[in-house]
Amino acid sequence: MLYEIRMKLSYHYPVPATAGRHLLRLMPATIAGEQRLDSAHLKVKPDPVEWRESVDFFGNRTDDVALDKPHSESVFEMSARIERMVEGQRIDLSARPEELAGEITAQATLAPDAPHHFLGTSPRITLHPAMTTYGRKAARGAQSVLEIFHALGRQIHAEFKFDPEATEVDTPALEAFERREGVCQDFTHVMISCLRGMGIPAGYVSGFLRTVPPEGQARLEGADAMHAWVRAWCGARMGWVEFDPTNALEVANDHVVIAYGRDYSDIAPVKGVMRLAGGQRTSQAVDVIPLDAG
Amino acid sequence: MQGEGGDPLERLLAGYVLQEDVPDELLGADGLVRPVWANFVRRLASMPEGRLAERIAHGDRYLRDAGVYYRRYGQDDNAQRDWPLSHVPLLISEDEWSEISAGLAERADLLEKLAADLYGENRLVAEGHLPASLIAESPEWHRPLVGQRPRDGHFLDFIAFDIGRGPKGNWWVLCDRTQSPSGAGFALENRIATTRVYSDIFVGANVTRLSNFFRDFRDRLMGLRRGNRGRVGILTPGPLNATYYEHAYIARYLGFTLLEGDDLTVLGGQLMIRTIDGLQPISVLWRRLDSEWADPLELNEGSHLGTPGMLGAIRAGNVSMLNALGSGVLETRALMAFLPRLSELLDGRPLRMPNVATWWCGQESERAHVRANADQMVFSSAWATGLAHETGGVTPPATGLDAWIERRGAALVAQEQVQLSTAPALIDGALVPRPMTLRVFLARTENGWVAMPGGFARIGRSEDSSAIAMQQGGQVADVWVIGRKTERAGSLLRSDENFERSPPAALPSRAADNLFWLGRYVERSEHMVRVLRARHARLAESEMPDAPLPLFAARYLENLGCTSVEAVPSELVESVSAALGSAGHVADRFSVDGMLALADLTRTVREFAERVTPGDDAASAMGVLIRKLNGFSGLVHDNMYRFEGWRFLSIGRALERASTMSTCLAVFADASAPAGALDMAVEISDSVMTHHRRYTVATNRATVVDLLALDELNPRSILCQLSDIEAHLAHLPGTGQHRQMTPLTRAVLRARTDLALQLPDGIKTRDLERLGDDIAGISDQLTLAYLS
Repeated sequence: MLYEIRMKLSYHYPVPATAGRHLLRLMPATIAGEQRLDSAHLKVKPDPVEWRESVDFFGNRTDDVALDKPHSESVFEMSARIERMVEGQRIDLSARPEELAGEITAQATLAPDAPHHFLGTSPRITLHPAMTTYGRKAARGAQSVLEIFHALGRQIHAEFKFDPEATEVDTPALEAFERREGVCQDFTHVMISCLRGMGIPAGYVSGFLRTVPPEGQARLEGADAMHAWVRAWCGARMGWVEFDPTNALEVANDHVVIAYGRDYSDIAPVKGVMRLAGGQRTSQAVDVIPLDAG
Repeated sequence: MQGEGGDPLERLLAGYVLQEDVPDELLGADGLVRPVWANFVRRLASMPEGRLAERIAHGDRYLRDAGVYYRRYGQDDNAQRDWPLSHVPLLISEDEWSEISAGLAERADLLEKLAADLYGENRLVAEGHLPASLIAESPEWHRPLVGQRPRDGHFLDFIAFDIGRGPKGNWWVLCDRTQSPSGAGFALENRIATTRVYSDIFVGANVTRLSNFFRDFRDRLMGLRRGNRGRVGILTPGPLNATYYEHAYIARYLGFTLLEGDDLTVLGGQLMIRTIDGLQPISVLWRRLDSEWADPLELNEGSHLGTPGMLGAIRAGNVSMLNALGSGVLETRALMAFLPRLSELLDGRPLRMPNVATWWCGQESERAHVRANADQMVFSSAWATGLAHETGGVTPPATGLDAWIERRGAALVAQEQVQLSTAPALIDGALVPRPMTLRVFLARTENGWVAMPGGFARIGRSEDSSAIAMQQGGQVADVWVIGRKTERAGSLLRSDENFERSPPAALPSRAADNLFWLGRYVERSEHMVRVLRARHARLAESEMPDAPLPLFAARYLENLGCTSVEAVPSELVESVSAALGSAGHVADRFSVDGMLALADLTRTVREFAERVTPGDDAASAMGVLIRKLNGFSGLVHDNMYRFEGWRFLSIGRALERASTMSTCLAVFADASAPAGALDMAVEISDSVMTHHRRYTVATNRATVVDLLALDELNPRSILCQLSDIEAHLAHLPGTGQHRQMTPLTRAVLRARTDLALQLPDGIKTRDLERLGDDIAGISDQLTLAYLS
C-alpha cells in the first residue's frame, strides 16, 4: 500500500520564545520487509540556525534543530511518500507463556531490539500491581504470548473510553488506567505497563493511521493526528509483534511507523518545547492518503 | 611525663574497650597501641588538662568561620548543617596506604574497562559474563551515550571508593563511587581544622600532604583543553544540592569556573558559557551533577539543571566531560557480584582488594546460597548505589522469605553483613572505639591513577556499624598517612594551598545577575528598614495611633509592597531572604565573611518577625538591622576584589537606591504630604546631619530635593547613583574600549544629564515618577546587554 503523508504541527507561544533547541522524531522509518520510504521532506519554521540529522539508540531518525530568533510560533511540516508491505495475518509462532522468561534470558544482547530494554520501568512506565492484575485477567486461558497480547489489547479497547479531552500529554499511565479513559498514548502506556508487569517485553510505537478507511469500513480513532500503539516481544521465534489497542487492530497496512521506543519519552515527536504557565497552544493536522487504487 | 594519677596514656585509654572479634585501628589484638599511633596518643595523653578542649574549640571555630556546611535532606526544610568533624584523625602507615592505593588503582582500571565495554561493544553481555537485564534495566545506563567514546578516551577520571576493614584485618571495598563522588573538598577542610587542633603534633608527624594530589589533577584538567584554549569549569546542580559548599570550595581552590546548567548553551556543536562578554567556549567540565540531569533533550526530560544539547556537544567532540556521562552505571550494587570474575577475565588476576561478598539473585544457584544464609545477609535493590546500609535497602518479610527471594529475583541483591573495624572517637572528652569506613579518592593524572593520601574517614555515632552516615549523625575524621621520618624533607618547601589563578575570565551572566540582584535586594531591605524605623519611632512618640505621619509612612510602605501590618512585615523577611538566596548562587565568588554576615542578618530578621512589637521595640530592632546591613555593605565594599562581579553588585545597589529615592521623593516631597514628611524623607535617607550642615534653614521642599536628588556629593542622592552606574559601565565589556554608545549607556547618560540640568524648584512630582520609569528602563537594558 502506497501512501502520501502530510503532517503539520504548530506551537503558538503566548510570550515569544527567545531561542530553543528541539529534537524531532517526525520522519517515517524504513523497516526491512515492512515499510519503505520513497521520499520525505521536513520543514521547520522559523528557519533553524543549526540542523543535524542522526540516528538514535533504537534506530530512529532524529533531527536536532536550533532556533535562535525570538518567535511566537514554531511550525514543523513533514511530507512523505511511503509504502507499507505487511500483508495478511501472522501465524502464531509465539512462545508459550511459561517459556517466555527463559527465552528472554537466553537473549544475551543489548542490541536495540533486544527484549531486555522493554521490561521493568522506563521514564513514563511504572509497574503497578493493579495493572498487572488487569493484564492477568486478559491472559486467563491463553496458550501463547501472542494470544495474551491480543486479548489484552481487545480488553483495553472494550473497557476504556476514547476521549481526547480526558488526558494531557503527560498524564501518568496509572491515572488513565484508573479512569479507564484517554487517547492512544494513554492506551499504549497502560497496555505496556500491563504487559511488562506480566514479564512480557513491550514498547511504544509512534506513527500514523490512514485517514480515510477502505470503503465500507468505519473511520479509525486517532486518524487525524499522530498515533501510537504497542509492540511486544513474543519469543525468540516470532520476535516483535504490533497491536493497536485504540482500535483493537493487529497492525498491518493501515499503520505507518515513525519510531520505536520504550515509551513516549524516548520518541516524543518534538522535544524541547517550552512549557509555560498559561501554556502554549498546539495544533496538529495529519493526512494519510492511499495512492493505490482501491 | 608521668602524672600523679598514674600513666597518662593509661588514663587516656581507660574507657577504650574493644568489642569482641572486631579489629581496632588504634589497638592491636594484643591490646597494645599500634606503632603508627604511638607518637600521636603519647602526645595526646601528655596534653595538660583542658588544653585539648581548647584546641578542639579552635578547630571548630575555623570550620564555622570558613562557613563549612553540608545540606541535610528531610525533616526540617533541607537545613544547612555545621560540618560534623570528628576530632581524632585516623592514622594509617604509609606502607599500608600504598597497598590500599595499589589495590584501588587496579580496581579503577577494571571499572574503566567495564565502562568501555558497556558503552561500546557490549562483549561482556554477548559472551554471557554479564546478564543483559541487569544493564538494560539500570537507570544509569544511558542509551543515548552508547557508542560514544569520550574525547580523551577515558570514562573515569575522578572516583572514590568506600572501604572498610573486616574481622580478619584486611580491607574490603564497600562501594564504588564513579558518578561524581563528593568529599575531597571537605577533606581539605578536615585537614585544616584538624591541624589547628593538633598543630604541635602534626608538625613532626610526617603526615603526607594533600595538595600535590589536587595540583596534579588540576594540571591534567588544564592539559585536556585543546590547544590550551577554552576554559575548565565545574558543573554543579546548584545551591540546593547537599554538597554545593564543596563545589564552590573546589572551584575557588583550583581557580575553575563554577557553572550551573543554565550558564551553558550549545552553539554549532560547541558548549559555550553565557558571559557578560557574550558566549565563550568551555572545553573541560568536571561534573558534579548526576548524568541523568545533564541534558533534558536526551536524558531526563524533566531536568531543569541541565543544558539542552549537551550530548550533541559531547558527540561533536568539543568538550571533555569528567567523569563521562553514564559512568554511574558502574556503581550498580549487583555488579559487585560479577567483579571478582571480571577481574580474572579481563585482567587475568583476582581483585587485589576484594569487595564485600555480593550475590545477584537473578540466578538459581545464587538464590539457593542466599536462601540458606539469609540471616547473615543485607538485602537491597540490584540497582542501588552507595553503601548497603545507607541507600536502596529492602527489608525481607518476616515469613515466606524463600518465595520473596524467588519473586524479586533479578531485582534483588544480597550482601554479606559487614562488621567494620573501630577507630578512636572523642566523646565527652574520652576516647571510645567507633565503627569506621574510609573514603579513598582516586584521580587520573599524567602518571596514571593517584590516590589522595588521606583526608576522609567516616566514624559512626554509636557502636552499630549501620549508623555511619552523616545524614544519620555520623562524623567525618581527617586521615593521616604517616610516612617514615627521613622522607619528604622537601615537601614542606612546596606551598600547600596556593595555585596560580588563570587570568580573570569573563563573568558568567548568571553570576552577574545574582550579584546585581544581591545588590538590589540588600538596598531594598535597607530602605524598608529605614522607613520602618522612622514610622515606629513616630508611633512611639505619639499618643494617637492614627497620627497622619505614621499613617502616611504606612501607605508608602504599601507602595513598596509591604501590605502586612506586623511590626516586621513579611515582605522585609522575603527581601532579606532573597538577598541570601542570590548570594548562595555565587558562593564561589563571594567572601565567606560576607556570606556569614548575610546569614546572620537573615536569622535576625526572622527572629524579630516572631517577637518584635510596634513602636519603640520595632524602632530599636530596626536600628539593629541597619547596623547589620551596614556591616554587610562595609565587608563587601571595603574587601571585595574590584572584579566585574563587584561592579554588578554595586550597580544593583546604585540602581535600587536611585529607584527608591525617586519614589520616596515623589511621595514625601509631594504637596499632599503631611507636615513632617520632608524631615522624614531626610531621615530615611540618612542625611539629617548633611542637611543641617549644608543648609542653614529648616527643611523645605527645595533643600530636600536638592540634597536627595541633585547633590552629587551626597552618596544618597539620585544623581550620585547615576554617576556611579555610569562609571561602573565604563569598565564592563562592550562599553569600555571605543566609548561607542550602547542603548544602555545612552539610557544612563540621558537620565543623568536630564537630572543634572534641573533646578530643585523645577523638579515636580511627575518628573520624579518619570525618572523612576527611566531607571526601570536602565535595569531592563542592563539585563538585555549582560544578564540574559
